[in-house]
Amino acid sequence: MAEVKNVTITVDGKQVTAPAGTLLIEACKAVGIEVPSFCYYPGLSLQAACRMCLVRIEKMPKLQTACTVPITDGMVVATDTDEVRQARKSMIELLLGNHPLDCPVCDAGGECELQDMTFKYGAAESRYMEGKLHKEEQQWSPVVFFDRPRCILCYRCVRVCGEGMDVSALGVQLRGSSSVIAPNEGDHLDCEECGMCIDICPVGALTSGAYRYKTRPWEMKHVGTICTHCGDGCKTTLGVRRSDTGMDIVRGDNRDKSGINGDFLCIKGRYAFDYFDHKDRLRQPLVRKDGKLTPTTWEEAIEHVGKRLREIRDSKGGQSIGVIGSNRTTNEENYLLQKFARTVLGTNNIDHHRTTDFAGFARAIAGKQNATATMRDVASAPAILLIGNDPTERHPLLAWNIRTNVRLHQAKLFVVNSQPIKLRRQATRFVQVPAGREGKLVAFLNGDDAAAGALTGASGSNDALKQLRDELKAQKDLVIIFGSELQGADIAALVKFGSAANAKFICLGDYANSRGAADMGLYPDLLPGYVALDGPHKYNEEWGSLSKTKGMGLQEMMQAAKGGKLAALYVVGSNPVVDYNFDPAALQNTFVVVQELFLTETAMLAEVVLPAASAYEKGGTFTNTCGDLQLLKKAGDITGIKSDFEIIVRVAERIGTEVRKLVPFGSGVRADMGQTRGAQSGEADRHSVWLTANNLEPRLSPFDPYAMLDEIQRLVPGYEFSRLSLLAGNDQHMLAAELSAAGAGDALVQIVPANDTLFTSGTLGRYSKTLNSVIENKRAPADKEVMAD
Amino acid sequence: MVISDKLDKFFDEKMKEYPTRRSFLVPMLLYSQDEVGYLSDEVIAYLAKKTELTELEVRNVISYYSLLHTKPMGKYHVQVCTNISCMLRGGEEILDHCKSKLGIGHKQTTADGTFSLEEVECIGACSWAPAVQINYDFHENLTNEKMDKVLDQYRSKAK
Repeated sequence: MAEVKNVTITVDGKQVTAPAGTLLIEACKAVGIEVPSFCYYPGLSLQAACRMCLVRIEKMPKLQTACTVPITDGMVVATDTDEVRQARKSMIELLLGNHPLDCPVCDAGGECELQDMTFKYGAAESRYMEGKLHKEEQQWSPVVFFDRPRCILCYRCVRVCGEGMDVSALGVQLRGSSSVIAPNEGDHLDCEECGMCIDICPVGALTSGAYRYKTRPWEMKHVGTICTHCGDGCKTTLGVRRSDTGMDIVRGDNRDKSGINGDFLCIKGRYAFDYFDHKDRLRQPLVRKDGKLTPTTWEEAIEHVGKRLREIRDSKGGQSIGVIGSNRTTNEENYLLQKFARTVLGTNNIDHHRTTDFAGFARAIAGKQNATATMRDVASAPAILLIGNDPTERHPLLAWNIRTNVRLHQAKLFVVNSQPIKLRRQATRFVQVPAGREGKLVAFLNGDDAAAGALTGASGSNDALKQLRDELKAQKDLVIIFGSELQGADIAALVKFGSAANAKFICLGDYANSRGAADMGLYPDLLPGYVALDGPHKYNEEWGSLSKTKGMGLQEMMQAAKGGKLAALYVVGSNPVVDYNFDPAALQNTFVVVQELFLTETAMLAEVVLPAASAYEKGGTFTNTCGDLQLLKKAGDITGIKSDFEIIVRVAERIGTEVRKLVPFGSGVRADMGQTRGAQSGEADRHSVWLTANNLEPRLSPFDPYAMLDEIQRLVPGYEFSRLSLLAGNDQHMLAAELSAAGAGDALVQIVPANDTLFTSGTLGRYSKTLNSVIENKRAPADKEVMAD
Repeated sequence: MVISDKLDKFFDEKMKEYPTRRSFLVPMLLYSQDEVGYLSDEVIAYLAKKTELTELEVRNVISYYSLLHTKPMGKYHVQVCTNISCMLRGGEEILDHCKSKLGIGHKQTTADGTFSLEEVECIGACSWAPAVQINYDFHENLTNEKMDKVLDQYRSKAK
C-alpha cells in the first residue's frame, strides 16, 4: 500500500499533523480538542445529522461539520469561537424542542451526552412555545425498551445494528420532526439482542430491560473484569452497588472500551451476569445425611471431605480417585486443582470437559515461532480463513472483529463450513462442505486432490476448491481460525499448510476459560503448559517427585466407576452427567464431592456439595481461546460461598497437607494488594478490616490466587507476562502452545463441543433470567399459533 | 406473483441502468403501487427481495413519502391542494366540500372503495388554483359546483 502523506493543519492556533484523509474531528481529538458530536461514531459510516460538530474553517463560506471534512494541508480551523458556540447552542435548543426534561428519572441521567452538552453550551432556556410531542414508551424485546421522545435521531443505533452487527433490525420511519426509530417486526425486534443499540445511544432513548430504573450511574462502583460465558474473553465493566448481602451487580457494559472487545459486547456479556443472584444459587454447603443432601456448616463439610479423601487415598491409593476440573474457573484455580490432584491426592486422574482439541493444537504447533494469533489480530489481519464453527452464535466477539475487519480494512475472508453460516455474507469466498468432512478439505489444501471427491460428491467439480486453495496460498499474514470440527491429525495437517505461508492460528473452544483449563494442565497425560508427564520438566523440582504414569481421562473414570474401581470423584465447576453423558448409575458407590454454583445433575449425586463463587465473585486470571491472558476482578458478593481456590486449599489442609507447599504464599515481594476483593478494596483501612475478619496476615494469605500466579509464571512455559500490564487490565498473549513440549499424547480423546447458541451458556445460561426470557420470547409466536388451533 | 409478469420483466430490464439495486427502489414502489393499488405486505416482501434490502428498509423509504400508501386507497384518489396559492383561492373550502360530499376525512376511503381523499402540499398547479389531482389527472380553477361535476364523472366511470 502506498504510504499515506501527512498533512499539517492549524486548530485553535495549535499545529496538528495527521495522515491525509483523517477526519477533522479525529485530528482535533488527537491534540485534545473536543469537538462535540452525537451522530459521529468512530468506525461507523458518516451521517452528519446532528450538526453539533460545526466548526469554522477559513475560506469556507459556512460552518462545516468536522465529522465529514477530511483534513487538507494548511487548513485553519476554529472550534471555540462565539459563532461556533452559538451554533451548537442553537442545535441543542432544537433537540430539546421535543426532548423531555425527565433527567431525574431517566436511566441516562448523569451519563447522558445531551445533558453534558446542555450544561456546557447552556441552552437551558427554550424560546419554543409549542408543546412537546409525546409518545408512550415501547418494549421491543425483553432487553430493549424505546422511549421515543428522548430520541435525538442520531442514527447511531441504526448504523451499529446494520453495519456493526449485520443484523439491520432498526430503521428510521417517517420524516422531519415525525421521524422515529422503528424495529424490524413492527412493534418488536427480531434480532441478536446484543444491546449494542442501547450502549451506543447518546441519550436515554434506548434503555435496557435489565437495568432500567434500578439505580443512578453515580451510585455504582465500576469493576472492569472478564465476561464468564464464551471463550472470547470480552472485557465487561460491571456496575455494582451495595445491597444487604454485600455487593450486587446491576449492570454490565463496556463503558471504558479498553479491552480486546473495544465497544463490543453480546447479550451474554451485557446481561447474562444475572445468574449470580438466582434464587437457586447454592449458599450453604450440603452433606448427604440419611440419603438426603442437608445444609450444614463449612467446618463440618470441609472436615468430612478432608477425612474421607484421606482415608480413600491411604487405603486404596490415589489411582482410585478421579478429579474433574472446570472450563470456567480461573487459571490459578485450575493450576491449583491439578497440583492438588497430583501432589495431595497422588493421582494423575484429572481431566475436564474438552470442547475442542487444545492439546492436539499444542502438539501440532509446538516449536513454531509466533504461530498463534490474538483476538486483536483478527480485527486487523489482511486475510482470514475460518474452518468450521459458527462464530456469530458461539464466538460473538470473533464474529464482530471479522465483520469490522472486512468492513473497515477490506480484509479477505474465506469461510469453509458445513452450514451456510451468517459470516458467509462477509466472505470473499464461501465453500460449503458436507458435515464431518472438514478434515478432507485440509487434506485437499495440502495438495491431496483425491480428497476433493469427498467434498463435492462424485460428479461435482472441484474448481471452487482449487480456486480457494490458490487464493489462500497467495495470502500474506493469513490468520487461520478453526473449530472443534478439526482435531488431532487434521490440526497437524492444517498447521502444515498454514506454516508454509507463515499463517497464525486460533483454535476455538467453548466457555470462558477452556483454554486456561488446557494450558493449566487439566489433563491425565499433560502437566501445565502441555508438558508431557514422562518428559523432562521443572515441576519435579518444586513439587517433589511426580508419577510418570498417565492417569485416567473422563471416559476411563466412568468405566472405572462402572467397574467399582473409582472410590472418589472430585468435581469442580463441571456437570459431566449432562455435558459428557457420565452415567449417574455408575457413581452409586463413589464418594462424590462437587464444587458448584447450582445443584446440577452431577451435584445431585454428590455426597458433599460445596457452594462456590462465580467468576464475578473472585479475582484471578482467564486465558481466552486465542491465548490472551487477562485479569479477572471481583465485583459481587454472595453470602455463604467461597471461591474454588479457597475451598481446595481448605480441603488440602484437612487432608493433612502443609498449605505452604501447595500455595507458595508469604514469599517474595508480590502479594494480593486487594485486587481479589475488587470493589471492596481501595481504602487501606477497609482492606485491613477484611483481612482481620478473615484471620489473615496482612496482604499475605493462602487464599491469594496471585501467589499461585507467581508459580505459574515461574514454571509454565509460555506464561511470560508483565505483572503491571496485567494489573492495568491489559491483555497479553501467552505462548503456551508454541513453547509446549507436548509428547505423542493421547489421540483418542473425546471432544464434546458445547454447541451453545447466542442465548445459551451451559450451566450458567440455564440460570440467567435474561437469556431465558429472550429464549421464551423468541418461542412465543409459535406457541400462540398452537393455542389458536 | 404479487405484480404482473410484465412489470416484473420491466423491473429486471430497468435494474441494469441503476448503479445499485436500491437506487431503483422508489420508481419500483411507484410502479407497483399503480398496478396493485397500494403497497401490500406481499409487495414489500417482493421488492425487498428484488433490491436485496430488508423489509424494514423498504418500509423506511415508503414511510418517508406521503404519496406511497401501505393501505388500500380508493379507485380514485382525490388529492386536494391546500398550499398557499390554492388556499388563497379557496382550496380549503374545496377540501371541506369533498369531505362532506364523500363523507370521509383526510386519508380515508369511502365504504364502496371508489374514492379516497387526501389533503396534499403543492402539486405545481398554482396558476390554475385551486387545483385537485385525481390519480394522475389534474382538475383546475375549481369551485364547489365544478368539484361536484368532477366527482360525479368519476362515480359514473366507476360503475
